[in-house]
Amino acid sequence: MNLTLKIWRQSGPDAQGELVTYPVNDVSEDMSFLEMLDVLNEDLTAKDEEPVAFDSDCREGICGMCSLMINGEAHGPEVTTTCQLHMRSFSDGETITIEPWRAQAFPLVKDLIVDRSAFDRIIQAGGYISVKTGAAVEANNLQVQKHKADRAFDTATCIGCGACVAACPNASGMLFLGAKITHLGELPQGQAERDSRVVKMINQHDAEDFGGCQNLGECSAACPKEIPLNVISQLNRDFIKAKS
Amino acid sequence: MPELIDNLYSLGDQIEDTRAPDVPIAEMWTKAKFDNKLVNPTNRRKLSVIIVGTGLAGGAAAATLGEAGYHVKSFCYQDSPRRAHSVAAQGGINAAKNYNDDGDSIYRLFYDTVKGGDYRSRESNSYRLAEVSANIIDQCVAQGVPFARDYGGLLDNRSFGGVQVARTFYARGQTGQQLLIGAYQAMERQVAEGTVEQFTRHEMLEVIIVDGKARGIIARDMVTGEIETHLADVVVLASGGYGNVFYLSTNAMGCNVTATWRAHRKGAYFANPCYTQIHPTCIPVAGDYQSKLTLMSESLRNDGRIWVPKSRDDVEKDPRDIPEEDRDYYLERKYPAFGNLVPRDIGSRQAKVVCDEGRGVGPKVGDFRRGVYLDFASAIERMGEEAVKAKYGNLFDMYQQITGENPYEVPMRIYPAVHYTMGGLWVDYNLETTVPGLFAAGEANFSDHGANRLGASSLMQCLSDGYFVLPNTIRDYLASGPFEPVAEDAPEVLEARKTVEDRIEKLLSINGDRTVDSFHKELGNIVWEYCGMERNDAGLRKGIDLVRSLREEFWRNVKVPGSATTLNQSLEKAGRVADFFELAELMFIDALHRTESCGCHFRSESQTEDGEALRDDDKFAYVAAWEFTGGDEGTFEPPVLHKEDLVYNFIQLKQRSYK
Amino acid sequence: MATSTVSKPPRVRTGKQGSTIFLKTLMAVTGVIFVLYVIAHMYGNLYKLFDGHAAFNEYSEHLRTIGEPMLPRHGLLTIIEVVLGISVVLHVYSAVVLWKRAKAARPQRYAVKKSIARSFSSRWMRWGGAFLLLFVIWHLLEFTNPKINVGDGGNGAAIKHDPYMLVVHSFNVWWLTLIYVLAMIALGMHLRHGIWSAAQTLGFTSTVRARTIANIVAVVVALVVAVGFVIPPLAIAFGGIK
Repeated sequence: MNLTLKIWRQSGPDAQGELVTYPVNDVSEDMSFLEMLDVLNEDLTAKDEEPVAFDSDCREGICGMCSLMINGEAHGPEVTTTCQLHMRSFSDGETITIEPWRAQAFPLVKDLIVDRSAFDRIIQAGGYISVKTGAAVEANNLQVQKHKADRAFDTATCIGCGACVAACPNASGMLFLGAKITHLGELPQGQAERDSRVVKMINQHDAEDFGGCQNLGECSAACPKEIPLNVISQLNRDFIKAKS
Repeated sequence: MPELIDNLYSLGDQIEDTRAPDVPIAEMWTKAKFDNKLVNPTNRRKLSVIIVGTGLAGGAAAATLGEAGYHVKSFCYQDSPRRAHSVAAQGGINAAKNYNDDGDSIYRLFYDTVKGGDYRSRESNSYRLAEVSANIIDQCVAQGVPFARDYGGLLDNRSFGGVQVARTFYARGQTGQQLLIGAYQAMERQVAEGTVEQFTRHEMLEVIIVDGKARGIIARDMVTGEIETHLADVVVLASGGYGNVFYLSTNAMGCNVTATWRAHRKGAYFANPCYTQIHPTCIPVAGDYQSKLTLMSESLRNDGRIWVPKSRDDVEKDPRDIPEEDRDYYLERKYPAFGNLVPRDIGSRQAKVVCDEGRGVGPKVGDFRRGVYLDFASAIERMGEEAVKAKYGNLFDMYQQITGENPYEVPMRIYPAVHYTMGGLWVDYNLETTVPGLFAAGEANFSDHGANRLGASSLMQCLSDGYFVLPNTIRDYLASGPFEPVAEDAPEVLEARKTVEDRIEKLLSINGDRTVDSFHKELGNIVWEYCGMERNDAGLRKGIDLVRSLREEFWRNVKVPGSATTLNQSLEKAGRVADFFELAELMFIDALHRTESCGCHFRSESQTEDGEALRDDDKFAYVAAWEFTGGDEGTFEPPVLHKEDLVYNFIQLKQRSYK
Repeated sequence: MATSTVSKPPRVRTGKQGSTIFLKTLMAVTGVIFVLYVIAHMYGNLYKLFDGHAAFNEYSEHLRTIGEPMLPRHGLLTIIEVVLGISVVLHVYSAVVLWKRAKAARPQRYAVKKSIARSFSSRWMRWGGAFLLLFVIWHLLEFTNPKINVGDGGNGAAIKHDPYMLVVHSFNVWWLTLIYVLAMIALGMHLRHGIWSAAQTLGFTSTVRARTIANIVAVVVALVVAVGFVIPPLAIAFGGIK
């Protein structure tokens, strides 16, 4: 199939950016979206133009490195990551607009690449269970009810890609936060730091210039791992109850 | 000048590991931990450690060494430590917990690892791995890793290829991700504490060696292009494997050999480079635009049945229309004891065998159809679709996403793909390379897996190295520090910087006609074709010639657009591919010299009457550690082979049999 | 210390009370107060307006004397007015701060952006809320402390103290009824998202089931309140009440 791409090009953080139009031809529907961009980049390189910079690493939907706002949807029209999006989700002759994640908390690096280190700093603020290496108790001394273990797992699947922030009209990071709070809060190991964790992480979230949550649900709908919206409720509840 | 063998390499002195204490194997690690010197807690903050890579080995080591109080600098090329490719491991992690009382023990895990590695791993290291395995599970559970649990709230296990006990702990199909997030969080906690400094989007391009000791690295800030000098008392490489030399592999796009290869060029021996594991259950190649191969957890083999049509005439038929009696469940037929759960090397090679016979299925790639069926019809019948969905749902979804076919209705198609590299930097019992102060951990070292790695063992090894081994061995090295400070303008530092800068300039100035990717693809094809699942003398020799001429063209004709002072992904790739060229040649030489078949290294000249791998323990029971002897981009001096004899005091060498 | 070449060091702007979740909680709590109030208000309108002139005025007078002699005349109403007044201030304050933060959180907008999950109602929370605020101010001036007497036929003073006549005369003006109906649609939409959002913000919806219930309650309350409030004016406008 033949497509028209409109891609955001910006040579650096302070440079002026713009949408540039590129036609691409003979795209196979079995290609992944990023392979289609690879093909474009090979063409650009051959024509002595600079290829489009975009992030990707594992290309199997788990590392969270890839991003892209595709036709106004984070990771494109399917519930998956951009690297797992395939061209069969598009039709011949379509025009596809590709933009970077846009948020004050995710400053643009180049073209479609943004800096998501704000997420790292939120984790640094308290997204862990403190345990000294080698000092752990025998694993089966800790029993975890199946439904709690399952919920912890469901929320631990977050890959930190930032689609929730990208899709949120307020560029809020609450789904990311809520997922981590719920994951650690459902487990008996996570109780000791539960109160301080939620307060510290939320303060960091706000300090990073993410917006507030309006409970619109765009985040959850964009999440490639389908983290449910109820983690935000859990987050709020933990925060309200927190004694620190 | 030593005598050249085959005009390719020469033979150097024997080497051996002198670090493992001379006591019975079960007491070795305890003794070593006691013998290793200690560093006073107040002195630790004056000692600095550079760790390259933030996967399970590097992340765990950074967290633990930071927690101990050392000053750690951690580097990764991704935008966050949490993205290291350990994240993609699906199936699980082994541990000798014996929760099921099915006869498991440390000794059995040790035995399985050595046997699975086809008797080409070092006993002492493998035993320690098994010994530490149980602690890993305790550690991870305490961190909040959500392992699968049963309704009683206790940890659940499953069995994995190559073993007959259920000792694999798992978190659905995302075990690697969950373990990595645990290590990442522990590491971020230390970042907040100020003991770990984190450098993301940084790529190590050179190691700094002063007075024979590793004292730092040269790294490129991939955003600004700045070349940075980072100095320390000790350097740890936990930079993963080199599967991307094949271009198509299950590795992440950015996985590369540069860190370990640069260390190799500076004196660290590279061991067993030809041992590369081909994973049997990947999604087959669909077209020449393909950028990577996707693995599906081996756990699928627990319930899925692998087959091809008995007759070549049936390969184009809808698999559902092929009656039971016309199907060949070839693994169950050839290996009745293990069936579909044979080790990876056997599963892979048998898939190649049936496809070479013309019985492969799926689209034709070249002259052959490269695919076999992995069928869940009987599992769905037995367990119900819901149960199958609960166990494998995410894998099925992934398959459908990639292929557009529904695996609940049509059998999946799978084919082997490059997955893991057992070879890596040679290390002793303390994980120290032949360069003092330079350590290697995880997939980056040649480690504990011999010629073949069992499923669910890589996560175990990485975390063992990172959480438990390195922190206990590095202190022995650091106890004699802090070392003489190195000046930023010391000649060794300036020389390393210059090497990096010259190379970047060279790559940018060639301005030829071919893109980096086109070279990488062609190189990958050569290595896959002649140094892939099955190797022979003529092919390997041909491969060496092809690699050499392609490398020559690369340095003459590659085109790298953009500049060195901004984010430049073409430049990053070019540097990595340049190193893959050098590595590829060493892989070929190693594969050529090892005329036996063992583990994943199958030499067609060395097989039993019924086509199984035939080891030659008399000639080849050694680790091949290669020394770099010089050469720049264009030339590659013949390397020197140092043999470390593998002595088996506790396990008797046997021909592997999974029949 | 995380090293990143691009991002600035974060600026501190919070503490538990400055956080977005605290502000949201404030909005949710004050919002719940409004919901309870409008339900009571609607009940009064419906229950008594149809009972005629005397009954309505009696009800109106009764509101002023509830709690006597424990409370002075108009005592309870004053308390309610104060609570509602403070709530309005806090509700609006939180909304404005959060609105500003949200704008700052995405300085550069997307060229193309699709909404795939948010409800229609949720799109109008901010502008709809501003409209409702204006409406409430006007509504107070019209009925509670009559300053503007649209539709009083020039006999303002006479009906000022006759709530029933005040209401009936007012809604005989077609455009006034129209504004009122529009405001109630806005209120319904505001409640549709607001009630659900408050439940979520206050942490009542941490299961899928609870989320479904919260959404159903939000829709039902929004519909009931909006319909309940437009029945009397429409009845007046179309001659059902004279």
